[in-house]
Amino acid sequence: MTVVPIIKRDYVLKLAEQGKRLDGRSFDEFRKIEIETGVVNKAEGSARVKIGNTQVLVGIKMGIGEPFPDTPDTGVLSTAAEFIPLASPDFESGPPRENAIELARVVDRGVRESQVVQIDKLCIIPKEKVWLVFIDIHILDYDGNLFDAASLAALAALSTATVPVKRFASDLPEDYAKEDYPLPMTEPPISCTAVKINDYVFFDPSLDEEEIADVRLTVATDNKGDIRAMQKGLSGSFTKEEIQKVIKGALDNGQEIRKQLSASTGK
Amino acid sequence: MKSDLELITREGKRLDGRGPEDLRNIKIEAGVLHRADGSCYLEWGGNKVIVAVYGPREALPRHVQNPLRAIVQARYNMAAFSVEDRKRPGPDRRSVEISKVISAALEKVILTEQFPRATVDVNIEVLDAEAGTRCAGLTAAGVALVDAGIPLRDIPVACAAGKIGGQVVLDLGKEEDNLGDADLPLAISPRTGEVLLLQMDGHLTVDEFNQAFDLAVKGCHIVSEIQKKAIMHKYQTVAAEV
Amino acid sequence: MAHEGRQIVIPTQVLGDTATCKAGRGTFVERGKIYAERLGILNVQGNIINVIALKGRYDPVVNDFVIGIVEEAATSNWMVDINAPYPALLHVHEVPWEIEFGDTEKYLNTGDAILAKVLSVDESKKLQITLNDRNLFKIKGGHIIEVESSIVPRIIGKSGSMIDLIKKYTRCRIFVGQNGRIWIDGDAEGIEKVLQAINKIESEAITFGLTARMEELLKKDAKDVR
Repeated sequence: MTVVPIIKRDYVLKLAEQGKRLDGRSFDEFRKIEIETGVVNKAEGSARVKIGNTQVLVGIKMGIGEPFPDTPDTGVLSTAAEFIPLASPDFESGPPRENAIELARVVDRGVRESQVVQIDKLCIIPKEKVWLVFIDIHILDYDGNLFDAASLAALAALSTATVPVKRFASDLPEDYAKEDYPLPMTEPPISCTAVKINDYVFFDPSLDEEEIADVRLTVATDNKGDIRAMQKGLSGSFTKEEIQKVIKGALDNGQEIRKQLSASTGK
Repeated sequence: MKSDLELITREGKRLDGRGPEDLRNIKIEAGVLHRADGSCYLEWGGNKVIVAVYGPREALPRHVQNPLRAIVQARYNMAAFSVEDRKRPGPDRRSVEISKVISAALEKVILTEQFPRATVDVNIEVLDAEAGTRCAGLTAAGVALVDAGIPLRDIPVACAAGKIGGQVVLDLGKEEDNLGDADLPLAISPRTGEVLLLQMDGHLTVDEFNQAFDLAVKGCHIVSEIQKKAIMHKYQTVAAEV
Repeated sequence: MAHEGRQIVIPTQVLGDTATCKAGRGTFVERGKIYAERLGILNVQGNIINVIALKGRYDPVVNDFVIGIVEEAATSNWMVDINAPYPALLHVHEVPWEIEFGDTEKYLNTGDAILAKVLSVDESKKLQITLNDRNLFKIKGGHIIEVESSIVPRIIGKSGSMIDLIKKYTRCRIFVGQNGRIWIDGDAEGIEKVLQAINKIESEAITFGLTARMEELLKKDAKDVR
């Protein structure tokens, strides 16, 4: 594990006192975001998102299977994240550790609870056959703020995914649609993450900032200005005022990012 | 069940329009990742692979260290979404085997004596798979190693040949790999012609093997030029821009 | 052309033959031919062919000044990360303080930064560093950045010409470790300028005329020069 020099934290705080960040951004500014969809042919939907140097690739694969017994006529959604050793000198190969699991579950909740994917429209034969949607998050380059990059990539991939009717034609009933159709979606909430170092709150933390952060807060907001998901991480604490600040920053940045997402997915 | 699909016509035309000695389209880009010491993104036909090299760095745990030279640990992995039916994340037996043969191939060309007790970690991720992923992965690894500044005896390169419809052809595509008669992935050290990786499955006469071998070597040399161009392109543009 | 680049070579490129030339750094010989062993810049001194690596891990050499980050404090030594393939050992006898047994943490602990010197490198590359020298110390304040160790010579310049230029116009204290770590201390504006200068060197390291262009850049908004 690479050790972070103590003087780095001191320097970041010294800059923060003057209202500056290491890379010259303002406290609530995001790095440049790039969204590219349809990057993996084999996947039913895919997207590659870059936030600064952080790069995440999400692929959507679909299949047909049995529904959960307590939801017999809705599709099944499942999210997994791989912190592959490719992305950082500190990532080790092996089954997902707690960071990867936390990330997968946060992205999953963001998609599931907000009903972004209309899984009630993914029923084929009630109690027997439903569509399965697999969201696989592949971290390619880790330079801070995986939560937002992964969420955004998942949304972009889902927004451009198609249900592979033709490929599964032999498993579908006679009266089912015959052509591939877009995965039924609703307006997605956008997640924005901030970290706190001493009393300073920075949005879209770079790797340097994440490494010395005391606490982290991710807030997902929708196009109506409501809060749809929240996750606090690391062992520090937030005051109520600070949380309000993060919510406001998440709403502002969320709006901008939503515009960009819409432009790149055409939805 | 024998397929009625004609993989190659009498005139030598294959399903995707290629002739028997034509390679699929290859695109290589060096230095695409920020954290990795060296990296490469490669597209080969419908294959998309990305490779990151970390090292040389201390080999851990201690008991895997070699006191005289660096060890080479290649890890070949396929993303869950890279294949038609979603693959469960994590290594399967096939990935472990491919990782092993690629590690051995790379070990021969890396000047490992310069870094005792260290490891060179090569991470190969297949993002989109379409037959020939191990050749694509090894070829990309060669570029990533150069990009990482690892001292090399040669830049390793790989290409496969095979037999379809009774004919020996270069660089099998997806259907050709699934329905053809033989598949021969080969990696060489292009400068010396030494064979670094060789596997074969299917059925070939000795004559056919020799044909396929020579054809694969020919393919390797063509791909080697593409590798070198990609490396020079990345580093020369810096000089030209000023 | 005004700003020509230096020649870039890649592994396995033939640079010459042993009949007429000598194989220098970054090259290997096979059957009488001299090859580049890594990505780098061709550098010919007389009849000696060298390749200066463009990228690659820092390879510690005895007496190199390095900036290290302490990884852990053990009972009679510290393990220090000096950005090499291996951590370096700093023994209690190699520091200017009298250390009571088990008190190592009081002097240097995880995350502390030090300016040290490479003391020894054995055949299996086990490294030792030392702080026993007037010029070496525990670092306080300022900012540390990391660059490719291969461009350190360009940052220092011929006889220190480049680094002196940067120090002059930014009024910062700057220590450049051979291991690619650089410590900068000064006011925020000065540090910002140093970072800009180093960025420029990183992207233009292989070109000629860099020192002159650097002076132009630094002069531009320098207040006054000491």
